[in-house]
Amino acid sequence: MTFSAERSTMIEFRDIQKYYGDYHALRGINGTIKAGEFFSLLGPSGCGKTTLLRTIAGFEGIDSGAVLIDGKDMKGVPPNVRPTNMVFQSYAIFPHMSVAENVAFGLRRDPRSRAEKASAVEEALQMVGLKGFGARAAHALSGGQRQRVALARALILKPKVLLLDEPLSALDKKMREHMQVELIKLQRQVGITFILVTHDQEEALVMSDRIAVMFEGQIAQLADPETLYRRPNSKKVADFIGTMNFLPCSVLSEAGGRIEIEAQGLGRVTLTEDQAPPPRGESPVVGLRPETLTLLYPGQTTAERVVGGKVDEAIYFGDMTYYDVYLDGTDIEVRLSMRNVPGRPILDVGEQVKVAWSPEALVLFR
Amino acid sequence: MMKAPGLRLYAMLYLLVLYAPILVLPLFAFNDASIVAFPLAGFTTKWFGEMWQDPNLGIALRNSLIIALSTATLATVLGIFAARSSVRYQWPGKPIVMGAIMLPLVLPEMIVAMALLVILLSLGVPLSIFTIIMGHVLICMPFAVAILTSAFQSLDRSFEEAAMDLGETPWSTFRLIVLPLVMPGILSSFLITFTISIDEFIISNFLGSGRPILSVYIFGQFRFPAKVPAMLALGTILVCFSILLLIIAEYFRRRGVARIGGKDTGGFL
Repeated sequence: MTFSAERSTMIEFRDIQKYYGDYHALRGINGTIKAGEFFSLLGPSGCGKTTLLRTIAGFEGIDSGAVLIDGKDMKGVPPNVRPTNMVFQSYAIFPHMSVAENVAFGLRRDPRSRAEKASAVEEALQMVGLKGFGARAAHALSGGQRQRVALARALILKPKVLLLDEPLSALDKKMREHMQVELIKLQRQVGITFILVTHDQEEALVMSDRIAVMFEGQIAQLADPETLYRRPNSKKVADFIGTMNFLPCSVLSEAGGRIEIEAQGLGRVTLTEDQAPPPRGESPVVGLRPETLTLLYPGQTTAERVVGGKVDEAIYFGDMTYYDVYLDGTDIEVRLSMRNVPGRPILDVGEQVKVAWSPEALVLFR
Repeated sequence: MMKAPGLRLYAMLYLLVLYAPILVLPLFAFNDASIVAFPLAGFTTKWFGEMWQDPNLGIALRNSLIIALSTATLATVLGIFAARSSVRYQWPGKPIVMGAIMLPLVLPEMIVAMALLVILLSLGVPLSIFTIIMGHVLICMPFAVAILTSAFQSLDRSFEEAAMDLGETPWSTFRLIVLPLVMPGILSSFLITFTISIDEFIISNFLGSGRPILSVYIFGQFRFPAKVPAMLALGTILVCFSILLLIIAEYFRRRGVARIGGKDTGGFL
């Protein structure tokens, strides 16, 4: 659910360039993050996402360009006076202080009375589900609890922007999934702009209103999760987000917003304009996601188009089975996923199958 | 555990050779004879009283304490600056400057002492307690910097960033976060440099121009055979004092480690 269009701009990047010596870390970052948005910076390690987050916090200077927070240029503004707070990857819970002292740390310069501050701390701890933990020593906490303390400590200052640097990467899978949901709820509750850095595409898709996918110091695509998943603007983004099958193809004609292609294994297909992001001069391929392909079991019919194939591999995941299928008449293998429901036995390797697909699911990269 | 009786025996012999001479100290300090030789004559505590007959001992002790406390404080404070700057910042000539600080570790102390003496005399600086402190700081700096560098290195940088992020200035961050977390290192540095200064002889002898300094005083007393038992008594007190200091330091170090929930990576004991 996004109302991005109506929201005001909270952060604006203007052609940011950043070098570490000879290394060009940020190569012309442009974009805006809206107020109240859950925004993610997603990319492989070394893509500059953490560097970009740290330029917002003020821990990294930039060589040219500008970072604007709530309309103000942050040039020369040190981290301690920026309207941002950060949850560090290591959480950075001060080990020589109690939980309450950690949470209250940012209130040192707050003119409120001691009692008022104490109740603010208690309120913050309650918000992150750590009511009554105030007196605990910081080192006696589990990973998940540390993260909650880090959240409470950052949120107690009511920043305009909360920066989260891979906050879930140190947690185990169950805890991570739990915290993803908690973070989303927390963000809705406080209404603060959250900016999350992550290399986990699933995490970004689950949590974000919008995502900036970064490669090599540049934003490759900035879009909402659904657009990013269904209509990636390049093969690289498509490959990074989830799984996508790529089939070589040739463009036959292009007229009136319709593109006629001949794809290996699929034959002739007509695509609409929105299925073809701007050309990049690469050799053309069409991409399609595993879940847009369906195995037809004996007796099943479909309105979709059908192609024959042979099962090369069946990978069982419990709720799902992934099949790698060779398309008839080609040496191209596609991966497709089927939900394991009654009436759908797991197919054997070598079995001949029919695969249903529809042209709307294709994306053309060229 | 691997069984190696040969190695165990070797280790025990090693410890014996290392510590037996020190155990001789109290043995003869309580011996009722002015000659240090077996058989023992009988038990007495008179040497502990006798050594205070010489007013120079009191002066020497006071001088040495002033020197050691000043040296430990100066070397540790300067060491904090040097270690922090070396760990956190990049500046031109850093390897040369840090190398120069560590150099006294491998320079023969005799040469350092002589060189200092020649320069001080040629500059017309009067020899005093201050010149000894200066010399001691010079030779203590490598130890202080080595200890403090490792303390600063083990400090996660994100602690400081978190404090600044939460509204603190660089200075208040240093005071509220960095200092408390490197305090065990500061304490170690202080104690080590204090100990080095207290028993340092060469510089104290060269730059003190005959002032009573504990190490120089003890050395001088050994010229008189009759004074030897009293000096052994003094030595006994110093050994006990050292052990006490070590225990106190270790207590605070362990308490510090436990308080921040860190992993104990070994201290003095």
